[in-house]
Amino acid sequence: MTDYLLLMRHTGNPMAQLSPEETQQHLQQWGEWMGALAQAGRLKGANPLTNVGAVVGKDVVTDGPYAEAKDVVGGFVLVACESLEHAKQTARGCPVVALGGIVEVRETAPAVGM
Amino acid sequence: MQPGVVVDHLFRHEAGRLTATLLRVLGPRQLEVAEEIVQETLLQALESWKVGPLPDNPAAWLTRVAKNRAIDVLRRRATTKKYEPDLAAAFQVQALQQRVDAHFDGEVDDDVLRLMFSCCPPSLPRAAQVALILKTLCGFSVGEIAAALLVTPVSMERRLSRAKTALRDHGLVDVDSAREREARIGGVRQAVYLLFNEGYHGAHPTQTSRDDLCGEAIRLGGILANHPATTSPTNHALMALMCLHGARLASRTDLGGALLTLQEQDRAQWSPALLRLGYAHLQQSAAGDDVTAIHIEAMLAAVHAAAPTWAATDWRRIVDLYDVLVDLQDTPITRLNRAIAIGQRDGDVVGLAALDDVDDAHGRELAAYPFLHAARGGCLHRLGRADEARAAFQQAHATARSDAERAFFAAKLQR
Repeated sequence: MTDYLLLMRHTGNPMAQLSPEETQQHLQQWGEWMGALAQAGRLKGANPLTNVGAVVGKDVVTDGPYAEAKDVVGGFVLVACESLEHAKQTARGCPVVALGGIVEVRETAPAVGM
Repeated sequence: MQPGVVVDHLFRHEAGRLTATLLRVLGPRQLEVAEEIVQETLLQALESWKVGPLPDNPAAWLTRVAKNRAIDVLRRRATTKKYEPDLAAAFQVQALQQRVDAHFDGEVDDDVLRLMFSCCPPSLPRAAQVALILKTLCGFSVGEIAAALLVTPVSMERRLSRAKTALRDHGLVDVDSAREREARIGGVRQAVYLLFNEGYHGAHPTQTSRDDLCGEAIRLGGILANHPATTSPTNHALMALMCLHGARLASRTDLGGALLTLQEQDRAQWSPALLRLGYAHLQQSAAGDDVTAIHIEAMLAAVHAAAPTWAATDWRRIVDLYDVLVDLQDTPITRLNRAIAIGQRDGDVVGLAALDDVDDAHGRELAAYPFLHAARGGCLHRLGRADEARAAFQQAHATARSDAERAFFAAKLQR
């Protein structure tokens, strides 16, 4: 098993279009998806990301968490997977996909010496 | 990090409660602001709860977040006023926290009740009142209301915008004033009943969202029946009627979604909880001197609910009740239902004659209503008059209002 980082990306805020009932259903889907991962012992960490942040470079620091406003990272999940294929399959079940968002899947490498 | 499960419709119901409370705090002209605060609150909940455990009391969490956002709004508003030499506004800032706290502690049903009355200004058409109730108190989106009430989203948007203007212009109703309550309670009751009927009999082409409307009507009807300001035998009767009909919702269609008649329904599927609630309200409706049409309709629903089978239904009692109902509320549909009951009590020959009488007297008014033709078709079929039965069911089929009804009559035509 290797840890994969799933980055949830979306444009704008698709959640803002949902009615209360649909918002709750979306929450429900998260509960089911995360619940299954937790149950299988594959969930290594997860947090939503707020819109507070900055972008830091050598000569520049801008407000806001993103370089490009059209592509927002809304949260992340660290999850143990058998393979990249397995990680892709896991990502497809992420509720943001149903709302038109995308999930970036990245394999993590162990840091040498740690 | 084990996610929990939120109770059914929590967001929808909390959206209604929070909107009702926010309108009182912010004023009825601030409906858009209130709706925005509620929306942001639910999104914040979604973000916070989707990857972690739920708070112990999700409803209280939502209330706290909405309250803080309301305080922010009021504070910002007070700041813009700071440059005016307005002592009252300055004082308001100090009292703000206390005032908002007081509004959010308890009194929740008061707020919902107040908004329910406020959504029903007499100048507003009943259908618009129902739409406004669904939007503000039931957390329905414009699209969901449009789908539930069979209107395009664009015209629903227009209807709602007019309704919101009416709500703003009339302000919030003082439900502590008996005079204001009396002036509107009839309209409020009708709006809740219409909401229920839209769900139950509505001309909706598919099943989705109909049960939701019935559930919302029962929730609001429960507040009308139980709140000290509005409890009355008639409001208990309305609640009894809705619960006793609502108990049958699950059995009204077969697995394929096709409509089933009361005769064909599996009575074991009727909801015991709703039946119990319905009987309890029916008991409480039997008080005072007024017998309203709603009382009689509730008693009719109870006779059907109490019958172990279709054949064992007390048709004598049902005809008697329809006789009273015709006295109280003489409509073609009441007369049609009475004629159907007479047929069940006295046989198809007498029943057909009763239906023909209704057809002679009210045929034109009932021309677009499929069930007169359908009832005649049923009698004729059982009497072996196949060609006439066929013609009647063809008429019913031609006036059917939904796919389910069309399929229902098409099946009768194939016998």
